[in-house]
Amino acid sequence: MNLAAAHPGFLSPTGVEVAFVLVGLATLGAALLTVTTRQLVHAALWLVVALGGLAVEYLLLTAEFIAWVQVLIYVGSVVVLLLFGLMLTKAPIGRSPDADSGNRWVALAVAVAAAGTLVWVVVDAFRTTWIDLGGPAQGSTEVTGAILFRHWVLPFEALSVLLLAALVGAIVLSKRTGRER
Amino acid sequence: MHLAYPAVLAVLLFCVGLYGVLARRNAILVLMSVELMLNAVNLNLVAFDVWLRDTLHAGQALTLFTITIAAAEIGIGLAIVLLVHRNRGTSDVDQLTDLADTGTEPGPVHFGGPGSASIAPGTDNPDETTADQALPARGQTA
Repeated sequence: MNLAAAHPGFLSPTGVEVAFVLVGLATLGAALLTVTTRQLVHAALWLVVALGGLAVEYLLLTAEFIAWVQVLIYVGSVVVLLLFGLMLTKAPIGRSPDADSGNRWVALAVAVAAAGTLVWVVVDAFRTTWIDLGGPAQGSTEVTGAILFRHWVLPFEALSVLLLAALVGAIVLSKRTGRER
Repeated sequence: MHLAYPAVLAVLLFCVGLYGVLARRNAILVLMSVELMLNAVNLNLVAFDVWLRDTLHAGQALTLFTITIAAAEIGIGLAIVLLVHRNRGTSDVDQLTDLADTGTEPGPVHFGGPGSASIAPGTDNPDETTADQALPARGQTA
């Protein structure tokens, strides 16, 4: 009770919170359109809106470097890769009536049940928790670079080897061998 | 800022992605939904990192690692989807049921037998005849 009385209320939001909620609503709407639209290319373009909205959320959480990485890698390359995949698998332009599988109502039930449970748990657990966004930025490029190359060098290098192996594997998988054709 | 806002947004994005993975039929749309789920996790990691003011900033480092692994995953995943589309003529996950346990057909699936009809590619594919001929041949050599 003391904790609840001491924390800032939900009814007098700060400017950052208002911006966060508005961008969050746009992100959520774009994500919903991504998974429900029947036009496959539009799904990829709505995914751009959702991922860009998430980058803005990172900026509002003062994680500046991650926001730009999000824009560069997700919006810049992953979505382009997905669009190329749609083209190369001859995805139909325009409405495709069979974009959703037959078990979509079961899927909807599972998703709504999971959302209800998780929202209840999360709100119950973090109702009174307050993020202090003041002070020096937590995720500026300087801070991120310092921690990444001071404390996380070995995972960073291991990850670069993993990425190299994955991309070589992707090239080998998608290369046509001579005897096939 | 209340921690509840980013946490609830992450939960809702995750569940939207969950719905997409379960309900979509095209394999590339399934991959897009997986991306949404990964991004929800990233938002959680960043929010908790900023809340805890971790000196090692483990949340942000893990977010960068997750983004990299997601890029690797989408590369491999798209290569596999393209390979499946080239061999089968479809990227419809409902039709790729070679490993499914139907419960009606005991024993292994015999290539070239009646069971091979279920893995025939779609009709709009020009490679249909070559893929159809390749499947029994592969079964005989195996």
